[in-house]
Amino acid sequence: MKKVVVIGNGMVGYKFCEKLRTKDPGKQFEITVFGEEPWPAYDRVHLSAYFSGKKANDLLLASRSWYRENQIDLRTKELIVLIDRENKYVLSHLGHKIHYDYLILATGASAFVPPIQGVEKRGVFMYRTLEDLESMMQYGQKAKSAAVIGGGLLGLEAAKAVLDMGLKTHVIEFAPRLMPRQLDEAGSGLLQSKLEELGISIHLNKNTREIKGNGKLTGLEFADGSFLEVDMLVVSAGIKPRDELAEKAGLEKAARGGFVVNEFLQTNDPDIFAIGEAASYNNMVFGLVAPGYEMATQVVNQLMQNEVRPFTGYDMSTKLKLIGVEVGSFGDAFGESEPSKPIVYENKSKGIYKRINISEDGKRLLGGILVGDTSVYGMLLQMVQNNMPLPPEPEDLILGARGGEKEMGSGVDALPATAQVCSCENISKSDLCEVISEGVHDVDALKKCTKAGTGCGGCMPLIKDLLHAELKAMGKNVKNVVCEHFDYSRQELLDLIKVRGIKTYDALLDEFGEGDGCEVCKPLVASLLASTWNELVVLQDTIQDTNDRFLANIQKGGTYSVVPRIPGGEITPDKLIVIGEVAKKYGLYTKITGGQRIDMFGARVDELPDIWEELIDAGFESGHAYGKSLRTVKSCVGTTWCRYGVQDAVSFAIRVEERYRGLRSPHKLKGAVSGCTRECAEAQSKDFGIIATEKGWNLYVCGNGGSKPQHAVLLANDLDDETCLKYIDRFLMFYIKTAEPLNRTATWLNKMEGGIAYLKDVVVNDCLGLGEELEKEMAFMIETYSCEWKEVVNNPSLRAKFKHFVNSEEKDPTVGFQPMRGQKRPVDWS
Amino acid sequence: MFTELEKYKKAEQSEEITWFKAASVSAFPENGGACVKYKDLQIAVFNFTRRNEWYACQNLCPHKMQMALSRGMIGSCGEEPKVACPYHKMTFSLKNGNNLDGDECSIITYPVKVEDGFVFIGFDQNY
Repeated sequence: MKKVVVIGNGMVGYKFCEKLRTKDPGKQFEITVFGEEPWPAYDRVHLSAYFSGKKANDLLLASRSWYRENQIDLRTKELIVLIDRENKYVLSHLGHKIHYDYLILATGASAFVPPIQGVEKRGVFMYRTLEDLESMMQYGQKAKSAAVIGGGLLGLEAAKAVLDMGLKTHVIEFAPRLMPRQLDEAGSGLLQSKLEELGISIHLNKNTREIKGNGKLTGLEFADGSFLEVDMLVVSAGIKPRDELAEKAGLEKAARGGFVVNEFLQTNDPDIFAIGEAASYNNMVFGLVAPGYEMATQVVNQLMQNEVRPFTGYDMSTKLKLIGVEVGSFGDAFGESEPSKPIVYENKSKGIYKRINISEDGKRLLGGILVGDTSVYGMLLQMVQNNMPLPPEPEDLILGARGGEKEMGSGVDALPATAQVCSCENISKSDLCEVISEGVHDVDALKKCTKAGTGCGGCMPLIKDLLHAELKAMGKNVKNVVCEHFDYSRQELLDLIKVRGIKTYDALLDEFGEGDGCEVCKPLVASLLASTWNELVVLQDTIQDTNDRFLANIQKGGTYSVVPRIPGGEITPDKLIVIGEVAKKYGLYTKITGGQRIDMFGARVDELPDIWEELIDAGFESGHAYGKSLRTVKSCVGTTWCRYGVQDAVSFAIRVEERYRGLRSPHKLKGAVSGCTRECAEAQSKDFGIIATEKGWNLYVCGNGGSKPQHAVLLANDLDDETCLKYIDRFLMFYIKTAEPLNRTATWLNKMEGGIAYLKDVVVNDCLGLGEELEKEMAFMIETYSCEWKEVVNNPSLRAKFKHFVNSEEKDPTVGFQPMRGQKRPVDWS
Repeated sequence: MFTELEKYKKAEQSEEITWFKAASVSAFPENGGACVKYKDLQIAVFNFTRRNEWYACQNLCPHKMQMALSRGMIGSCGEEPKVACPYHKMTFSLKNGNNLDGDECSIITYPVKVEDGFVFIGFDQNY
């Protein structure tokens, strides 16, 4: 067993232990952690909560029993004083020697103390540890006023703490504005006036020369000769990495402090890693938790010999609530990295300032500043990080869409109060609205108290939309997050998967989620992974809905149905015979589907691979009837047989169906091609419908049948084959990238700002400059397609999963059928 | 004769427990379930790798009486481990079998232990 020693039990040191234990359930590593403080690791970011009544215990990241349960040897109140690299052990101040194979330096940082005369006086405090806070609180009981040196992030946190103690609060900043690293003058000015409203005095351009007082402080003298009388002083002006172990151990130190590390977080000794604020990469120390956590994750990956993402710096964007004021700063906040043009919105009466910096060509967002309202922070940060193109009117990003054309008669707002939302439980829109207005504000609670969505669940997306619309109408801020396990929207998760190269659900949950997942986020992420990497879905079978897990549609009674692909509905007599023979052999009920193919019902789970083996041998492939993916492209016979046809609808339908087969998407996709304007293939009720003209094809999009039928709308006319395919490529990829979970194209369009005009602009006029990228992504999906059933049939270990009992070869004895019209149907349960 | 649902209740441990050796650990997918046959019962057994925990419950979903829970997705609701029936996504606590979407029906859960690489499920000795 290998031995890992962690020096430092702060937030990052703790995160390292947690990640290592999650990724190493077999405990091949023995872990010992040293912390010099008396407590196990606590949430330093929210230290000021300690003053608003939270107990020290509430701030703990994990209790001592957690360390015990995970077999982590936690040694608090024990300081490491020496690292002996030659003999690979560390020595603590109590004289204990501990051997290590790998050493993790998570020593963190201490408060940076500016060289001011008199800092040793009584009444002067650092703002860093729980102990600092306790002594501040004690001293503060006798004080009336306090000053904080530091008007940055940490300083304002400290000011909040002092304010909560009920003291007259002063903030002293050397720079001409608050938060000089994150905010520009106007943003900072707004923050300042908001803090002043709360009674905080702000002193800018102040260089503290001396702390006055006889033994205990009485006031501060500044370089400009002015004087401020206070009873207490808190220094919170920055951090200094705790690297004092470096010298004796012969570890390299950065000029501005911190253990020098490479992109694998290794110091000059490859078995010694440094993470968090103690590490210096490229002469930079990262004083936020997010980069520290990322470092911890990557070191764990190295120990576990998992794939490692080199650490080459970190986006220092931040969003937080400072003394009740929301502040966000992201990307290139000042627009200094390249020539840029800012767009600024300032509303002093509402206390809102927003600035975004646009690249000179007007195509990209570089960064920006938000004060007073950070609701769009997440979306803007995504745009910067992923280099996403700007909308045609970038000011909409901070102002919201204002008026303009709005599609009528669509979306949840347009539903009448009497509309039935949940047909299983017969719940109307007004029933739901009433409960929402009584204060039920989350989907699960709404489901529980109205029973809406508890039947088939098909109305859940609509219920979610309705809830959001109602909450919005009440003036509440709603973020459309996936579920309790991911604080992200579907689109944000897709971007994370792409940008961070994440290939498994577990990796995504570890890095960006919490808890253990659920039936909402698992299939959703499975779909995103499939839409991005196109890997075989059954390799991660337990995150799939049962249909995708067994590659068949579950039916009443526990059996499954089998649907081979019949592109365009065209099939040879020989293949028809094969289907007939297979159905006969396995005793399956057969029916023609609405999508011009044949469904075979009543197959037991253990029969599925055998059935598919026979179908594949005869040249069939999966029809993906079980997936949120392309189903069929229906066709009429067109010019080949029909006296009215003007184009060869069948050939084109087959080409389109084979192009998009297997494509996973937010919901199922259906297409159709009609050979003339008589529209026998009903293309206008499909997600994409193609109707022949004398000159080529008219392309319609975003139609559906289903519970709320909607006609598709015309996207472009008289297209040649290639252009038509190009537009469908772009349209489908844009839908896959931006739709909410389980929204079909019609719903997606109904919610789209700018409606069909905007969609046309994106797909046909390429206003976002995304066209080529979308086509490339589609080309990847087409290239990497393979028939899932073929893979399973030829892979004995995947095949073995198709079994009802794990401890018996017996079939499910509860499956039973009764005859009906010469075929069979499942028996009803008694 | 018991009805299908009563059988599972009857097998719930009340006095003495019988440990039934079901299958090897490797027979159960990570973070997922599989179905075990015990006498005339079908038991859904879940290998909750992420939490390093094992759970067992009746395979029969009481909502629409379908033998399906072992094919359901597992997860958590707050701290509570749960399974969602693949049919209509009704969710049940894996700890106590409570219906997490309402109170009309619940399921029976059984104790599980792992020894020497094998999974054992605990039933009432008299069943």
